[in-house]
Amino acid sequence: MLHTKTRDAVIFQVGLAIFLTLVLLIILIPFWRVIVTAFIPLDIYTHEGVPFFLSPTKWSFEAFKQLLGHSMFPRAAWNSVVITLLGTAISLFLTVPLAYGLSTRNLPGRKLIMTLVLFTYLFSPGLIPVYLLITGMKLTNNYLAIILPPAVSVYNTLVMMSFFEGLPEELKDAARIDGANELQVLWHIILPLSKPILLTIGLFYAVYFWNEFFTPILYLNETNLMPLPVLLRNILISASFNEYVEYNAFSSSSLESLKAAGVLITMIPMLLIYPWIQRYFTKGTLVGGVKE
Amino acid sequence: MTLKTLPSKLLLTDRFNLKNMFLSIWRKRWLYFLMAPTLIYFLIFKYGPLWNAQIAFKDFKPLLGVIGSPWVGFKHFETFINSFYFADLIRNTIIFSLAKLVLGLPLAVVCAIALHETWLLRFRTFVQTMIYLPHFLSWVIMFGVLLVILSPGNGLLNEIIKRFGGDPIPFLTSPDSFRWVVILSDIWKETGWSTILYLAALLSISPDLYEAAAVDGATPLQRIWHISIPGILPVIVLVTLLRLGHILEAGFNQIFVLYSVPVYSVGDILDTWVYRQGVLNFQFSLATAVGFFKGVIGLVLILVANRVAKSLAQQSIY
Repeated sequence: MLHTKTRDAVIFQVGLAIFLTLVLLIILIPFWRVIVTAFIPLDIYTHEGVPFFLSPTKWSFEAFKQLLGHSMFPRAAWNSVVITLLGTAISLFLTVPLAYGLSTRNLPGRKLIMTLVLFTYLFSPGLIPVYLLITGMKLTNNYLAIILPPAVSVYNTLVMMSFFEGLPEELKDAARIDGANELQVLWHIILPLSKPILLTIGLFYAVYFWNEFFTPILYLNETNLMPLPVLLRNILISASFNEYVEYNAFSSSSLESLKAAGVLITMIPMLLIYPWIQRYFTKGTLVGGVKE
Repeated sequence: MTLKTLPSKLLLTDRFNLKNMFLSIWRKRWLYFLMAPTLIYFLIFKYGPLWNAQIAFKDFKPLLGVIGSPWVGFKHFETFINSFYFADLIRNTIIFSLAKLVLGLPLAVVCAIALHETWLLRFRTFVQTMIYLPHFLSWVIMFGVLLVILSPGNGLLNEIIKRFGGDPIPFLTSPDSFRWVVILSDIWKETGWSTILYLAALLSISPDLYEAAAVDGATPLQRIWHISIPGILPVIVLVTLLRLGHILEAGFNQIFVLYSVPVYSVGDILDTWVYRQGVLNFQFSLATAVGFFKGVIGLVLILVANRVAKSLAQQSIY
């Protein structure tokens, strides 16, 4: 954009900078507070409460040691990893063929399949019919109960379909003339060209499964199977706390520190892949949002 | 092709139409084979629940099963509509949806315009990165963050209130403040992410318009008012319509994590109620009826919203 540095424009820019800084602070201060609370040593906590700033020499890792020292927390982290990887794999395995099929214009029955798929997107009878289906299939205490009902997102399918539609038809035709069947076309021609969309949709699914906590509460009764967010929630509402962490009068960190440390541990994996998430989510969201 | 051969060719295709159809299906057999697992998946996991939804019109007894339970017509729908909690649930649901939209959308537009206007490009990227972040965190994590800010013991906000001589407020468990906690925490979490569509719309406005404005000596506010806002108005209208179509989706995950018994009266929405009645109190048929009711209203609203969007902007949502 053209920048003309009139007095008005400069004053306006200063105003903008102040506004954006305020927005930034509103986002960051709560996270900062979580960090300070997690690292505050017990003696400072009992005497002064939680200060806004913490002396750089007085950090304590006790809360993290206490959480990770108990077998339940690493276990839950592992469960979360399993649910996320398995869920993303199954989701992609089911989404890619549907998106590819729907992107094939001259497929007989394509309209019918599209209508059936879209209807499930527009009308949902709610939680209970799904709950009865899953419990009827005896999937309680099975990760498939968490993974299968949301495994194919119609929205993600449509985004992927519009990507496939954008690929040049000649590529597929050339392969077909050479005698390749659709399976080979998809595997050798389409998928190698579709890495960006696979990564984008894969991340959509992965973030969903990593954050999921309601269906695990609904379908898993065994504490051993619980993923990280469920464990964190139980710690935050102080329910059946002692199953997960040694906390008593002799504890070397406060309850607040343990909660905050739990929040940070659950956040860290998300922060690690955040650069990719941001890049591909942004793209994927714009494809889905603008193209229609 | 001459005129003479054309009709005979058409006749030929007519006669072998059925055969041709099977042929074209046969040619695509691998594609159907490929799609089969997903289609079976849809049958079981998307249409299975639709089949089960018939218990909204039955008195479901687990021992009798979905088919064996006796039909009762609209009994459960009547029970729901005549119940004392009907008005509360609908009111809470709509208050949350509308407040999130009415307060959140203008803020997102303002943030997008500020990001678009600023000359500090690195700072802009940094702010963007930071304000997108909360969108990717689960509501359980948000609950932890909110505790650190709002808890009556040593939450930041209550420390400030105490510093000024006030009494600490139990924000999360007080019926007076709970709705604000829900609305503002959703805005805190999602506003950054929703700037993304407006920012994309702003970037697609022709730079010529801004240059012409600069030549004419327009002030920054005039430029925003006469170019930026009209430029993104279609997106704003579209998002508003879409959100109105989903007005009965008030944020189940958020409220499920944040609410507790003392705030049920101001916090309970259709979805949380369905969960408690169905899963915790075993009122399967009544809960399904409420879910079905919500689904039908949602379907109608989204179709209307789509129709309006089509006629307004020659654009469809789906």
